[in-house]
Amino acid sequence: MKQVSTIHGRAIPLGLKNVDTDVIIPAHWLKTVSREGLGRGAFETIRQAPGNPFDVEDFANAPILIAGDNFGCGSSREHAAWAMLDMGLTAVIAPSFSDIFSGNAFKNGILAVELPQDQVDRLLEVAKDHAITIDLENQVVTTPFQDRFAFDIDPFRKHCLTNGLDEIGLTLERDAVIEEHETERAAGLPWLDASRKNRREHA
Amino acid sequence: MASKPRTLYEKIWDAHVVERHDDGTCLVYIDRHLVHEVTSPQAFEALRLAGRKVRRPDLTLAVPDHNLPTTARTDEAGRRLPIEDQQSAAQLAALERNAPSFGIHYIDAVAPEQGIVHVVGPEQGFSLPGTTIVCGDSHTAAHGGIGALAFGIGTSEVEHVLATQTLLLRPSKTMEVRVEGALGPGVTPKDLILHIIGVIGTAGGTGHVIEYRGEVFERMSVEGRLTVCNMSIEGGARAGLIAPDDTIFAYLKGRPYSPTGEAWEKAIDWWRSLATDDGARFDKSVVIDASEIEPTVSWGTSPEDVVPIGGKVPAPESFADQAKKDAARKSLDYMGLEPGTPMESVPIENIFIGSCTNSRIEDLRAAAAVLKGRTKAENVRWAIAVPGSGLVKRQAEEEGLDRIFTDAGFEWREPGCSACLAMNPDKVPAGERCASTSNRNFVGRQGPGARTHLLSPAMAAAAAVTGHLTDVRKLMGT
Ligand code: SF4
Repeated sequence: MKQVSTIHGRAIPLGLKNVDTDVIIPAHWLKTVSREGLGRGAFETIRQAPGNPFDVEDFANAPILIAGDNFGCGSSREHAAWAMLDMGLTAVIAPSFSDIFSGNAFKNGILAVELPQDQVDRLLEVAKDHAITIDLENQVVTTPFQDRFAFDIDPFRKHCLTNGLDEIGLTLERDAVIEEHETERAAGLPWLDASRKNRREHA
Repeated sequence: MASKPRTLYEKIWDAHVVERHDDGTCLVYIDRHLVHEVTSPQAFEALRLAGRKVRRPDLTLAVPDHNLPTTARTDEAGRRLPIEDQQSAAQLAALERNAPSFGIHYIDAVAPEQGIVHVVGPEQGFSLPGTTIVCGDSHTAAHGGIGALAFGIGTSEVEHVLATQTLLLRPSKTMEVRVEGALGPGVTPKDLILHIIGVIGTAGGTGHVIEYRGEVFERMSVEGRLTVCNMSIEGGARAGLIAPDDTIFAYLKGRPYSPTGEAWEKAIDWWRSLATDDGARFDKSVVIDASEIEPTVSWGTSPEDVVPIGGKVPAPESFADQAKKDAARKSLDYMGLEPGTPMESVPIENIFIGSCTNSRIEDLRAAAAVLKGRTKAENVRWAIAVPGSGLVKRQAEEEGLDRIFTDAGFEWREPGCSACLAMNPDKVPAGERCASTSNRNFVGRQGPGARTHLLSPAMAAAAAVTGHLTDVRKLMGT
């Protein structure tokens, strides 16, 4: 995973509430066996409307998206995160995120920044004409106008993001405790492992 | 620790924590992992690239569902028919290749047990009470209906579970949805959950795991419980749970993956001990009066946009906050509806009975009971019934339900996700309406420009017969 530190650049002022995963990447784009190229389908339905913020020239390759409440609600498709990455987005700012999306975003090195609605409103205003900065190290979003909005982030996620750590690699190092748990589980709740033996092969 | 009263969720959670980090993140053991073709190829690919193995293939089950066409899968000679869409074919082929090569049991497209992953899990006894169940699909929440902690995960997490049989998670907050009183005639679990989502909103359960409590659920069938928990995600909650009881045990007994003999007895003892203790605290609590609920339909493009069937399309100005006003305006524009229109006068051109929310035997029976001796209205262009699995299909055929559907003008299809999402050939044309028993009415969900009205199987059947949204109670008991 790439290391994340400071993200600076233009921010697409979308502002929309309840942007669901079908909006981020419609289902017909999910028929792929790779992670690449999904940017072309990102926000397809919104981009059909003339004058939509994604197709304003100033926002081409913008690294940041600003949205409304409950961003990323809907399905668990990680394609939503891949599509955003593929179109060059590395951070989203919103008042709240769906649980699954924020997990998927994090695992792909996309920073999901939660700020109160009034601060998001302010950023939406600034973003129309100016770049903004997200400083992960100091956990603060700044604008060229002295705005400083502090945000919270899970310390573990911050650690992984700043160091570009792979979660699976980290967990595999915990093999011994996992095995211990499996042994206890097999002793206390043996039927949990019995599925294989009990399984009738289908006709 | 043992003395503090705990909720069902907390008991399952505690039993699965492998290790707790200082910051509150926990490494959590996963008992059951369901895999389908859409969200797994990139995970298997990554494992292969990193030279990693699947830690517990025996706790993993793979079945294709999202992409499979629901038309005949074999020719007369029993040969598999090719899948026309090249991308779908490639994705299905990838699962068919990946599962066996990593030692995972694979139910193939023509196996009698094939079906929608969330129908197959409980049906095979693979999903058991008190277990942690994950799948790369948000409607994994459904399995909470049998008393499991079940939730959807993204592809990186699919890879994490394949490699380590664990996930790194933070405990959720707990939310109680207590339903008091009984449901009236013609009011089904689907109406109940649509109503609940209308009350709590699509973000109402965010960060929480919902436990559904009250006599309504104790009396509810397994199918109904799966329907309710299925849509927890539409209420923002990653998982929903109902305490396992005798109804569940009777359902699971003798299923292929269910424990047997002494192990079964032991399992039941443990399952019984999981119920929420008296005095356990929920972080949030919502109380709902069941007797007030009517058959419910959606009018907009968010599952919280619901009204009783006797109601009218709401005016955007009637909502309190500005964002909701704007969203409602957009929704109505997309849906082609005028505020104030009685829901019962909305004409319907397509009917979809299926999806992991409502494709089990009880759902098909409920729809067939309305359709029996009737035919679909002339303006209904397309009506399909799609059983949730091959086993559901077979049982329905044994009961003669397929004939009732076909006599009424429905197409009787092979199991799969079908028109629930526009990934396979079953799509609703742009600008047309669909009365759908699925779970999402998002923009474009059933096809670009398609207009979805969510409702129960009986209500979908009623709409098929009259050609417009209809209070099913008017067609009952005649
Ligand atoms: S039926 Fe619909 S909601 Fe259920 S798993 Fe399939 S696509 Fe997802």
